[in-house]
Amino acid sequence: MKHFSNRYIFIFSTVMVVVVAALLSLAATLLQPAQERNLEIEKKRSMLESIHVPATKTNAVELYDKYISESFVLNSKSEPVEGVDAFTVVLKNEQKKPLEDQYLPVFRATPDDGEKIIILPVEGKGLWGPIWGYISLRSDLNTIYGVTFDHKGETPGLGAEINTTPFESMFSDKKLFEDGAFVSVQVYKGGADPSDIHGVDAVSGGTITSKGLEKMLVDCLKKYNDYLLKNRI
Amino acid sequence: MSDQEKEPIFSAKNWKLFTAPLDRNNPITVQVLGICSALAVTVKLKPALVMALSVTIVVAISNLVIAALRNYIPDRVRIIVQLVVIATLVILVDQILKAYAFDVSKQLSVFVGLIITNCIIMGRLEAFAMANKPWPSFVDGLGNGAGYGLILIIVAFFRELLGSGTIYGYPVLEKIGLYSTGYENNGMMILPPMALIVVGLIIWFQRSRNKELIEK
Repeated sequence: MKHFSNRYIFIFSTVMVVVVAALLSLAATLLQPAQERNLEIEKKRSMLESIHVPATKTNAVELYDKYISESFVLNSKSEPVEGVDAFTVVLKNEQKKPLEDQYLPVFRATPDDGEKIIILPVEGKGLWGPIWGYISLRSDLNTIYGVTFDHKGETPGLGAEINTTPFESMFSDKKLFEDGAFVSVQVYKGGADPSDIHGVDAVSGGTITSKGLEKMLVDCLKKYNDYLLKNRI
Repeated sequence: MSDQEKEPIFSAKNWKLFTAPLDRNNPITVQVLGICSALAVTVKLKPALVMALSVTIVVAISNLVIAALRNYIPDRVRIIVQLVVIATLVILVDQILKAYAFDVSKQLSVFVGLIITNCIIMGRLEAFAMANKPWPSFVDGLGNGAGYGLILIIVAFFRELLGSGTIYGYPVLEKIGLYSTGYENNGMMILPPMALIVVGLIIWFQRSRNKELIEK
């Protein structure tokens, strides 16, 4: 191995860092518009999936405009807030604010069966990072029509199973309220009683993710409590 | 460059560089590198396959880059240089996938951290690329990635089949009607310790066939 002077080492390191930084920031800047568009499409796809409308990358925007008819934002007292686009509300940022200042997005959708559905976004913590999803409710604002979940980095094959159809489909037709009181949906390790209208099976080997998901549902949906009770049929 | 032109691209020597890590110099079962990720991503075949491909690409290209720069890298900062090359490559690939292949990038996002810290990559850079020409280093990277991927896929195959009753997400055991005879999936296979035991069984099998590998 050749001997290098300290001067060379300093210059080499500096050049390397500058080149790498320039390369990465160039890539990040150039690719940002395409990445943001992907995120928008992804969000629309997830919302459509929660009302059982399968969308692809190419038709997500079109189908979103077709099925999601209206969106608005509530405050914590369930009063509508003017002038805020529900689609651009980032739930993670809202959750850092005090409850009174939080915006609560609501989306209205009408699937092909004609039922009036509302879609509520949820966001919480799994084992390794954020988990989020969309919960769609039937017009009684109590029965779950469909759900979709996703995660940043849960363990593949364990916690990551929350975004698979077998897990998500268990939520359909579960109920959020019991005699007008909010009880949400619980996950049960080792399997829930199939007749339990508030319970689903936890993911085997993904107990912490499952529990995080349960907490996410309670925390996010109870903020809509008044709105759901007031507007149900 | 003149040496390389004389030697055919797939000379017997280069071919051996590629095949040795598949069996007698396997990164997982013989060098015992990269065990951590082998435990983490082998519950299902799909993530194992994604991980195998990503590591192969990253180890091959970073081997190539480091081998090309090997005469200019000061010895005292070589580990940092290696780490910078690996991290840059992984992040660059992830950024490009996020823009143009979003679905793949969602699959991969979990693995980015695991790829950067994979001991096989650093191990090959340090042991091979720092002392060899770019092309053989590239082949060595491909071979080691493939050897690593092979073990990952074998482990994932058994863990998914016995733990979840599926192969690449396809419910085989349900289709052949095994559950109606009272069979149940083995939940233990899903947990990380079973990956270690399966790797142990592979090592046992490999050494029983190849006595040279047994330590004195």
